[in-house]
Amino acid sequence: MTRSSTASPSSTLSAEAVFDAGAAAGRATDAILRDTLHGTARGVVVDSPPGAGKSTLVVRAALELADAGRPLMVVAQTNAQVDDLVLRLAEKNPALPVGRLHSSDTDPYDKALDGLDNVRKSAKASDLAGIDVVVSTAAKWAHVKGVEPWAHAIVDEAYQMRSDALLAVAGLFERALFVGDPGQLDPFSIVGGEQWAGLSYDPSASAVTTLLAHNPELPQHRLPVSWRLPASAAPLVSDAFYPYTPFRSGTGHGDRRLALGVPSDGSGPDRVIDEAAESGWGLLELPARHTPRTDPEAVRAVALVVRRLLDREGASVSERSEDAVPLTADRIAVGTAHRDQAAAVRTALAELGAADVTVDTANRLQGREFDVTVVLHPLSGRPDATAFHLETGRLCVLASRHRHACIVVCRAGVGELLDAYPSTEPVQLGTLVKFPDGWEANHAVLAHLAHHRITWQP
Amino acid sequence: MSLITTLARLEAVSTGRARPAATVRHRHLSERPLVFVPLTTAGEAGAPLGALVGTDRDAPRLLAVPQPRDRDLRFAFLAELADVVLPYIDGCAEAVEAAERSETDPETGKRVKVEVELCADAPQLIVPSRAGVDFVRLLGRSTRFRRTAEQDPEAPFPAPPRVPLLGRWLTHFGERARVPGSSLLPAMTDLLGRHWATGQSSLEDQHLGALLAWIDPPAGRSGAEAAREAELARDAGGQLRCPPAGPATDPAFDNKLLAPAIERYDRARTAFAAAQDGLEADERLGALTAAEREIRTLVESRTRPTWDAVWRGLDLLRALPEGVRVEERWTRDRWSFTGHRDRVLAGEPPQPRRDDAVTAANKLATREREQARLEAQEALDDPLVMAGRRLSGEAFAGEVTDVVMAYSESKRPSPRPLVTVRTDDRPHLGARTRVYRSLGGKPQAAEFVGYEDETDGHGADGHGRDGAEEGPAAVESTGVESAGVESAGAGQSSGGLLVLRIMDKMGRGREPEAGSVPEKGDRVCFTLFEHEPRGGAKLPDPEETPWTHGGPPDAEAAVREPADPVTEEDVL
Amino acid sequence: MDKATLAGALGSPSAFGQSQFALVRGNAFEARVKADGGTELLRLVHEKLDRSAEPPAAARVPDLSAAGHAGRAARTELALGEAVLAPGEWTLLDHPLLALDVAGSPAFLEPDAVVVHPDGSWTVVEIKSFPLLDGSADPAKVGAAARQAAVYVLALEEVATRLAAAPDVPGEAPRVRHRILLVCPKDFSNLPTASAVDVRKQRAVTARQLARLTRIEHIADALPEGTCFAPELPRERLTASVESVPASYAPECLSACELAFHCRDRSRAQDAVTTLGRPVRAELGGLTTVEDVLAAARGELGDPADPTVAALRRAAALRAEALAGAAAPTGARALAGVAGAARAEVAPCP
Repeated sequence: MTRSSTASPSSTLSAEAVFDAGAAAGRATDAILRDTLHGTARGVVVDSPPGAGKSTLVVRAALELADAGRPLMVVAQTNAQVDDLVLRLAEKNPALPVGRLHSSDTDPYDKALDGLDNVRKSAKASDLAGIDVVVSTAAKWAHVKGVEPWAHAIVDEAYQMRSDALLAVAGLFERALFVGDPGQLDPFSIVGGEQWAGLSYDPSASAVTTLLAHNPELPQHRLPVSWRLPASAAPLVSDAFYPYTPFRSGTGHGDRRLALGVPSDGSGPDRVIDEAAESGWGLLELPARHTPRTDPEAVRAVALVVRRLLDREGASVSERSEDAVPLTADRIAVGTAHRDQAAAVRTALAELGAADVTVDTANRLQGREFDVTVVLHPLSGRPDATAFHLETGRLCVLASRHRHACIVVCRAGVGELLDAYPSTEPVQLGTLVKFPDGWEANHAVLAHLAHHRITWQP
Repeated sequence: MSLITTLARLEAVSTGRARPAATVRHRHLSERPLVFVPLTTAGEAGAPLGALVGTDRDAPRLLAVPQPRDRDLRFAFLAELADVVLPYIDGCAEAVEAAERSETDPETGKRVKVEVELCADAPQLIVPSRAGVDFVRLLGRSTRFRRTAEQDPEAPFPAPPRVPLLGRWLTHFGERARVPGSSLLPAMTDLLGRHWATGQSSLEDQHLGALLAWIDPPAGRSGAEAAREAELARDAGGQLRCPPAGPATDPAFDNKLLAPAIERYDRARTAFAAAQDGLEADERLGALTAAEREIRTLVESRTRPTWDAVWRGLDLLRALPEGVRVEERWTRDRWSFTGHRDRVLAGEPPQPRRDDAVTAANKLATREREQARLEAQEALDDPLVMAGRRLSGEAFAGEVTDVVMAYSESKRPSPRPLVTVRTDDRPHLGARTRVYRSLGGKPQAAEFVGYEDETDGHGADGHGRDGAEEGPAAVESTGVESAGVESAGAGQSSGGLLVLRIMDKMGRGREPEAGSVPEKGDRVCFTLFEHEPRGGAKLPDPEETPWTHGGPPDAEAAVREPADPVTEEDVL
Repeated sequence: MDKATLAGALGSPSAFGQSQFALVRGNAFEARVKADGGTELLRLVHEKLDRSAEPPAAARVPDLSAAGHAGRAARTELALGEAVLAPGEWTLLDHPLLALDVAGSPAFLEPDAVVVHPDGSWTVVEIKSFPLLDGSADPAKVGAAARQAAVYVLALEEVATRLAAAPDVPGEAPRVRHRILLVCPKDFSNLPTASAVDVRKQRAVTARQLARLTRIEHIADALPEGTCFAPELPRERLTASVESVPASYAPECLSACELAFHCRDRSRAQDAVTTLGRPVRAELGGLTTVEDVLAAARGELGDPADPTVAALRRAAALRAEALAGAAAPTGARALAGVAGAARAEVAPCP
């Protein structure tokens, strides 16, 4: 790798032999809860890299605030996130009264909530008045008017929330804990908002950007340890996507192992599986060619890798379990850039009898976790590299969903493609640089994957 | 760019002529637009050099600034421009019709209908290109904070009386131009580019001369040849035969023609000022007038071709029939115009330099809503646009092969007929996906029930098919890759026979009203997108801006925004 | 190499060149910014980047003139070394010359100015003539300025490393600041205003690009013997020379490169779809020429099982259906004698 000129702090960190990840994470969590429960600032911001225990933190903060008798509203971005939070809260404390504020559409919430005794559901905020914790989406909260403000709020996935969405709900609470991952996909608008770029309250910027621009004195914390990413992945993801806010893996190099019951048949897919099982990364490189998005060869290669992962009776050992856990279909996911690619992979998997494997786009894989992921590289076979494909968050999401290994399927020639599309991003004055350039991050990942390359002619 | 537009462009390359990108006109065109062809001075932000402006294609008003760095001459230009633009605007501000608008009653807090005026027509200012729209915005910004002698007797360089008002109007036009589908201030290149696909890139389409050459090449020549000539051909003196549409001028024009002419003007003016007696002054005034005339001629020579090109573009666009829903969007422009008229009449201060947090968020929400409306309406108005949506799996068209009456399971059963449609399209349908068709201009909703096996009647449901999943499917399928959207692309699953359950617009009775349910043999077209965008939640008033966004803006500062400081560089 | 002259000699003159109005204005502005020993410029550096430092009262402005590029670069390096040894003082380097290693060969760069802060750190200053209107400027222009400044930052970092290695300089290498100062005219005036621009992204990108550049000899090796771009050569030989250099034309080149019109002619002659813009290729897979795409759409070429070909045929069918459906009423209107082109274009293909 050619990153010598920008020696990253994370590589120094991992060099420290005695680093007690658990203690570091614990200290961070304690500080966050102290500021949230006993601090004087109106807001607390927490940056959480992939798999650093964001959901656990949100649930714990919610329970402690409820314990302290502070009326709490929780703002999440999607209905799935809201339902997931309600389920987690009920799991931790079944006796806690929780309100689920929902829309008036058909099937507005997960039916699993109906089985929980202390969860009340309503489309009207007034029906939920007085309940310790009320959870809903930002979009639904925005319609709540004329109520007493809540003493406290937790805003989840705050980096994926737009500034204007926060503007619509911020009048509902006095103080708030903002939690999110700055490295995932940024919010966006389908129309141009350039005229407000650089303004502290640019409506299409992220909620955290606006919040901090107006309240720079707010305490900002960072969860320093990824419990999801293995020791093989954390340094790369941290260097490539979080160069200014590094983190490390909570596990060491020997803590996780992926073993395959059935030996390799020598094919490309099997060899890349072996490489990934051994090192945590694998690049299955197909011959260079310009292809449509749903490149039939690449799609089939992705499906074959998944099929072989299942056939070869993979089993994982980790800090969670001494005994080997079988690598089943629900522990594998396929990530793509486009919906039609995901659909093509699903079709190919169905033909191979592996329809149970999750296949989705980066957008929809945000926040999810698997043992092994198979990724169709966003630039594979493309004749051009658009801003969409170079977006740092997209690659970051795809490269940070796995606990054991990530296998990337890609056509050769992406390095040259990147060179033909040098980064010429426009720069808006006054905007905060929080994240590396997509072009540079793509190169960094590619350079790392080159060490785990299996070339294959299907 | 959709594959259908790409094909049109490639056909244009192959045939040497632009190909249609629309079958109807998607923008309103005024009966009497005001065309504005401005030129600016290189290196000076917003310093006008001259313009052609007016509503009569045969008699444009020529405005010129013989020395662009002289503030008095710039003010004279702006005053003249105001003399043309403001009466044109006033002409639309007077004729009104009665209309209703929902407002929040300040006492009860309830939404009530109030009777208000709506201007019967609105002005339409047409500029040659997008850079012209930016220039209008810049002129608005540079003039709306100026003070007239009447407003502020202490103002060091008072602006002519109507200039600040012109600035406020130009600012309003410039802001409205950012709303998708609006027509108060269109750029001719955008209008033409929306309706024709040329054999060049959209970047090159920004050159009005080249764009027109592709759409309407001179007899016996290909669009490609004519476009290249429009871009590059120069006369013996090294000047472009087709001057750029501006407002920027060609450097060769600046260096070889304009700079010497301005120098002559400066010299003549200095000489005139130094004249010793009346006779000498008369003589030198003649020289000064001649020097000024020379610059006016130069300005006219660079603007007149563009002026004619804009009107030619209007001819071409007028030959297209107007889309059915264009009028509805124009009415929104009329509301926008009326609203600004009322704010000016009420004595409100000029638009601030920067929007406050709430205004910015409201504007963004409006633009997003209007973008969604525009996309839906263009597709409903134009089969060629709908073809693009069908290709991307967001709509489907086909023939009704069967209708089976069914009813809802409630105490008073309502009709919920099952309609089978045969289609070759591949919509992204999932279980219970809502689809809509236009019925008498209003959307009728239906629910996807499942695919029907051609051989054995009602069969599989939507499971196992690709297509719409939960979540923001509507956003992810717009095909705008650069905006961070994962586009859906052409569908994967084949269509065939699909069964829909009609959900509404069938009247109140047990039997559906006549004509409200498709019949066997009907051609139908359903969309997966909604026809009317949903409004978002109401944002707080600016006075209630929350702490996360900096708290309420300083109301005092907004009322009294100072004029730009005057610097000595502005005066020669 | 003067690409504009070359383009003229190739028969595709560029639309470039600068208006003398812009030139005069730009020069006047830079002179104003640097007047009085850089008082205003240093005030801006202090205000925007280093408020905690002592405000600059008098600054050192060393003479950087020397013979030749290498001489000037050496003089600049010397001046930087002296400035580092003068802690607590402000130093302004007006038009320094920096050498940067590009693929093994030195390239010389001339920033508008470099300021040495009292703490010994260095700031790159870029003076541009586009305005900062109400605090914001054209993002494309700011982006270009940031990329340009990033190259200067890298070059300065090389200087700093060399200085630190020298025996007479104590301590660590001087810090090159990653926030540069962009100085522009304020609003509609000629008064300077400034904005700090964080160039860490651009710096990382440029460093990566430099690392990936094959050594310049390799580029030269790929060119045929006797390649020469002197404009006085006959046009055929020049054309052959220029075409031996690999380049991929895209419409964006038109606003950036003097040779773009020449490359566009080549691209059109090759019937390349990218002539219409790079995004066009996104859905065309391996098809690269206009005629191939159209033939595939017409069903004359390609495998229907190939998703690209299948999508093209569906698109062509849907487009034909829509145009045919719309043709009937338009045809009637056309008979009424509406202006030519529009009618012809909306009429159905026979």
